[in-house]
Amino acid sequence: MITTVLKTEHLNKEYSLGSLFRRIKINALDDVNLEVKSEQPVIISLVGESGSGKTTLAKVLLRLLQPNSGDAVVYDRIIAGEGAVKKKAAFLKSVQPIFQNPFEAFSSYRPVDAYLQTTAMRVGKLTRSESVEVMTTALNAVGLKYADVRGKYPNQFSGGELQRVSVARALIPRPNMIIADEPVSMIDASMRMNVVNLFLSLKQEYQTSFLYITHDLATAYYISDYVAVMYRGCIVEFGAARDILTSPGHPYTRLLLDSIPTITMKWDRKGFASSDIETKEFRFQGCKFYNRCPLAQSICTEKRPAPVKKGDGREVYCYFA
Amino acid sequence: MIKLTNLSANYTTVRGTVTAVNNVNLEIPDGITLGIAGESGCGKTTLLKVIYGDIGFPLSIESGSVDYGLTDEYDELITTYNIQKHWFHRITYIPQGSMSSLNPVVRINAQFFDFIKSRSQRRRMLEEVREYVKGLGLPPEAIDAYPHQLSGGMRQRVMVAMASFLKPDLILADEPTTALDVVVQKGILLLLMDLQEQMKSTILFVSHDMGVHYQISHKMFIMYAAKGVEYGDSKNVFERPLHPYTRLLTESLPTIGDAHLRKGVAGRPPSLWEKLIGCRFADRCPYVTEYCRTDEPAFTEYRPGHFAACHYSERFL
Repeated sequence: MITTVLKTEHLNKEYSLGSLFRRIKINALDDVNLEVKSEQPVIISLVGESGSGKTTLAKVLLRLLQPNSGDAVVYDRIIAGEGAVKKKAAFLKSVQPIFQNPFEAFSSYRPVDAYLQTTAMRVGKLTRSESVEVMTTALNAVGLKYADVRGKYPNQFSGGELQRVSVARALIPRPNMIIADEPVSMIDASMRMNVVNLFLSLKQEYQTSFLYITHDLATAYYISDYVAVMYRGCIVEFGAARDILTSPGHPYTRLLLDSIPTITMKWDRKGFASSDIETKEFRFQGCKFYNRCPLAQSICTEKRPAPVKKGDGREVYCYFA
Repeated sequence: MIKLTNLSANYTTVRGTVTAVNNVNLEIPDGITLGIAGESGCGKTTLLKVIYGDIGFPLSIESGSVDYGLTDEYDELITTYNIQKHWFHRITYIPQGSMSSLNPVVRINAQFFDFIKSRSQRRRMLEEVREYVKGLGLPPEAIDAYPHQLSGGMRQRVMVAMASFLKPDLILADEPTTALDVVVQKGILLLLMDLQEQMKSTILFVSHDMGVHYQISHKMFIMYAAKGVEYGDSKNVFERPLHPYTRLLTESLPTIGDAHLRKGVAGRPPSLWEKLIGCRFADRCPYVTEYCRTDEPAFTEYRPGHFAACHYSERFL
């Protein structure tokens, strides 16, 4: 059966900046339209620079922020915006978060298994003794043992292990989708792949979809089925991950790919421009990237480009794609 | 040339002392970028602190010495104990978070001249600074701004400008691009590379990102659990690594266009509180033997200028 894994329709979120008298509004999410339909669970990556609206989108999906307009659907259930499900339990079984820094996600004065237990008791409506079994299964799924975790405080774990515990916590309600906001950026390189591989195996075993938010395009390529590239609150390119990251259609995606420090090729050191007018770019009438775009022409400054559907199913928001 | 001989540094805590840099031997030629890599807690930052001479409780040097190969205006050797006089002039430091290292309530121009006392000299220098930052891709007005008015990339550029303005002999950069996005990061790294070529200074560049090191570093020093495990030219370290840890570090990273399954390194680094016997990487090493668990490998030169601390490095030659 084909389900709508993730769908956002005209999602907008406005922030105000500045003082009381010189207030400016920026659209952290600017008409975001995404749609992923699939039979199988998928991993969707959301990539972009900081300030591109990635985390805002995650927060809207997690109901930490109220969108100004539009709605979001996860597994055929409206979870944010107008007409969203009222019941908290249904919502918590749709989406669960994993945050960037596991040491900040867990209080250092509370044993980590207390978090798992609370989740099992409140969301799963289980008794104290029933929850132990659920916790054991969840911890086994991430490669840990309940006996090793029980009663321990966050400082007794390494970053990678603690991030696994937070994945286990997110698994307890058996959510349709786990939203992972930069889950590996605080973890050391040697342990990063363990967490990333865990997502791949959970996708198969638990049938959980992931929204993987990152600025690391290499891991996005490695695990994801779909990728959405964001720039200043707008989606600029969206489609199958392997296609986009091997042959980018939007000039911004190309810029991102050229900027990754790889260990296979040295950079071309000529002709590089970075942007220092971030807030202004948010308010551009036309394409938000025209200021830095090598292909920019006058039409780009006037009107926002509409998505162009390509042969391989990707959407590119560019006049010259 | 900067020479570290048997350098060990301790932190004194209520639980006892912990050796964060253990017996490091290193000879760094002048005018290169040395990349220092390793996981968090392996002693990278402590090593930089010791070289910078920022030693005070709880940090102390247990043994060994740093020889900078520099002399001051009276022809006296600069050592760890008098390098503080040469901070900002001869040796500078770019800290990790540009966000938190600038004073939020003082304009950038005032922070630029913290070390200059006379007012007339300040005024003269302000003009030079304006010219200088223009060359670094900053608008001259940025100098008159407060830190919060600048973006993260611009603030990091200001830090680079401060560290390089007086053309120091040695620049220590502690993860200068970690908090930045890839595009901004590329801008900063290209800037550092250009500056290094112009000024011929030595840069010690700490980062845990091997990709960044591949782009910028001429030589690489890999640390693991307070010890140096490999040192050599970047080309050799990346293409023909001699230590299994380096090998795992470079091989575990995914690259675009290659989707075959990658494995992370299982386990975690040993706790430095415990008494460590044998090779410190033994628990995570795929080639481990009983010998590794009892005998500590020495830091040996296997190729000219290419050192590694492993009993079985010959197999990688």
